Amino acid sequence: MTTSMKNIGLFFVVACLIAGTGFIQSWNTALFILNMGLISAIMSLGVNLQWGFAGLFNVGVVGFVALGGLAAVLVSMPPTTDAWAAGGFQVIVGLIFGAATVIAAIFIQARMVAGKIKVFTTISVLIVGFFIFRYFFDGGVEAVEAVNPAGTGYLGGLNFGGENYKSWGFMAVVSWPVGGVLAAGAAWLIGKTALGLRSDYLAIATLGISEIIIAVVKFEDWLARGVKNVSGLPRPVPYEIDLQESPSFSEWVYSIGGDPVTASSIVVKLSYAGLFTAVLIIILTLAQLALSSPWGRMMRAIRDNEYAAAAMGKNVTARHLQVFVLGSAICGVAGAMMTTLDSQLTPGSYQPLRFTFLIWVMVIVGGSGNNFGAVLGGFLIFFLWVQVEPIGAMLMQAVTAGMAEENAIRLHLLGSVAHMRLLTMGLILILVLRFSPRGLIPEK
Amino acid sequence: MIDILNAMVVLSNYVLIPAIAYGSQLALGALGVTLIYGILRFSNFAHGDTMAFGAMVTILFTWLFQSWGITLGFLPTALLGIPFGIIATAALLLATDKLVYQFYRRQKADPVILVIVSMGVMFVMNGLVRFIIGPNDQRFSDGERFIISAREFKTLTGLKEGLAFKTTQGITIVTAIILVLVLFWFLNRTRTGKSMRAFSDNEDLALLSGINPDKVVMVTWIIVAGLAATAGALYGLDKSFKPFIFLQLLLPIFASAIVGGLGNPIGAIAGGFVIAFSEVLITYPLKKVLKYLMPEQLEPSGLVQLLSTDYKFAVSFTILIIVLLFRPTGLFKGKSV
Repeated sequence: MTTSMKNIGLFFVVACLIAGTGFIQSWNTALFILNMGLISAIMSLGVNLQWGFAGLFNVGVVGFVALGGLAAVLVSMPPTTDAWAAGGFQVIVGLIFGAATVIAAIFIQARMVAGKIKVFTTISVLIVGFFIFRYFFDGGVEAVEAVNPAGTGYLGGLNFGGENYKSWGFMAVVSWPVGGVLAAGAAWLIGKTALGLRSDYLAIATLGISEIIIAVVKFEDWLARGVKNVSGLPRPVPYEIDLQESPSFSEWVYSIGGDPVTASSIVVKLSYAGLFTAVLIIILTLAQLALSSPWGRMMRAIRDNEYAAAAMGKNVTARHLQVFVLGSAICGVAGAMMTTLDSQLTPGSYQPLRFTFLIWVMVIVGGSGNNFGAVLGGFLIFFLWVQVEPIGAMLMQAVTAGMAEENAIRLHLLGSVAHMRLLTMGLILILVLRFSPRGLIPEK
Repeated sequence: MIDILNAMVVLSNYVLIPAIAYGSQLALGALGVTLIYGILRFSNFAHGDTMAFGAMVTILFTWLFQSWGITLGFLPTALLGIPFGIIATAALLLATDKLVYQFYRRQKADPVILVIVSMGVMFVMNGLVRFIIGPNDQRFSDGERFIISAREFKTLTGLKEGLAFKTTQGITIVTAIILVLVLFWFLNRTRTGKSMRAFSDNEDLALLSGINPDKVVMVTWIIVAGLAATAGALYGLDKSFKPFIFLQLLLPIFASAIVGGLGNPIGAIAGGFVIAFSEVLITYPLKKVLKYLMPEQLEPSGLVQLLSTDYKFAVSFTILIIVLLFRPTGLFKGKSV
């Protein structure tokens, strides 16, 4: 059996698993796995770019995903005009002062002669700048958050569709690349400081930046309502309710013998799947082209032997920065897509264990260094992530079948089934790394 | 004069004492990370969840003792549970080493592979802890709540501000001092400790002079288990035990270890206190202190809280970045492999 036959076979097996979910459980679940699988595949392409191509260890995936989600809100929601009038510009002025302070400090660091005066100037600029920033910013934030806190209480986004902003669904699609740009910006900042040092430092720095990004998304209510969530984001696809009310749609559904409510939700999910597949194909093609281009060869040369590559005149740190920013941008795009799919931004749901580490499992299991492997891993692991719980529940039922109905151990085991997921994912990661470190579809 | 005393009391009550307690917890955690880094040469991402595991076993034993009616009087019963927590954690870590890490060590795998493997271990341990004790908040402290409560302090001194010193804080500080002293005695005075330091400094040379690497690794894991389980239990006792908290502790712990210099035990302790003091000081509203120190007309109108507590991670992160930019080997010279 040739390698390509084996690979097609692997994809076929995963397709069967998802289709099987459709036949056995429901098509809604199957399509949910498909859509989230597509998004996960894009995220693991991003991580694969960093780890598989360049050997960079990014533990902050969840932060870049959250930035993408933030972009979805900031682009596709309508602006809250009252909030802007109340204090929006003051917030912006505050932020500009904050940014100016940091830039001034960096400028002083770069230009002044080393010595006590330099340290003193830097610190005084930072302290004065900080208080100016807080003066404008705090007032603005208070004013913005006071505007109808139950409904809005935030600045809103850039969707200028006015009253019927929901019909400007294309803004959701516009937000995807914007999510990528935001994530790229954050990645540039972090890469600039931590790259070129030891590999673990990048890991810990990315862990830190992702914690901070999530804290910002959670607690800055003026930005995206924080844990109060923003819901009802515009969609690039039709609404279920519109489909159900459309006579031609229900006629068509009845003609094939279906139920309009189920059919409408399936049609919506399929439309999303179409959009996501298009994005996946674009990114996958680009990643494949990059992998086989001279640039891709250079990246792998750097990964395999940094010193040799540096001796050949390659600027290792700059190339690392480049690939780190690109990979994070892809994660940002996927994050924006996910928020669009959910139609809401729920900052509380951005958990490192769910995102960062799960994406890593996908890349390692699929095959690091191989784009198709990353895609396969994305679908397979997300399928397992969803299905481990019901399987675990069945297993526990079987194990505890002999015990009494009210046995405390039995009840505890059944109640803890939800936590089987983490355990299983960790075991899969450890086993794959031990026995098949190159993954399902190894690098050529 | 009284004003200055009052200001000092407020500062001690809200900043110094909590920061010393928190710093001791971080220092114990960072010592574990730094030892693993020095001897086994990788950043152990599972360390937070190792602490959670140790704390969990301690809690289970504490409950058992409480149900038997065994208590320590005014001290929390958890102190009796900690030795059992350490034993269980040591068993878990040694088993993990045997089943997982040993293979990569024999292969001389790249450190970054070990980091990823430790991520897998983290997943499993996290799952294990949630599986056994559930994801919720657990309370297990008993005994006397305060060594000295705010009211007692006020009647004792006649000052306007009170100073509360919680038993858990006192225990944390005392335990940390004892553990650190024992650890340094062990590393500097005993044969095994010296061979550990030799192994950390130069592995090849240490092997040549007949040091048994397996023994060094085993002893390291046992010490790490002791540090991690104690740190986890003390943190849980002082604040509260929630499995996911320990994942969030990973960042300040790593920051402490790096700020001090990875691989350097003294650095880990110093780093722990640097991080803890900055975090507490920057997120505490200083108005209550300043109001005693400044003349009335200059009294600040705001809370003078530099950063909201939601961003306490940002503090350890910023310090980490500053250290990485200006002194990548840390305050005390650490390894720069």
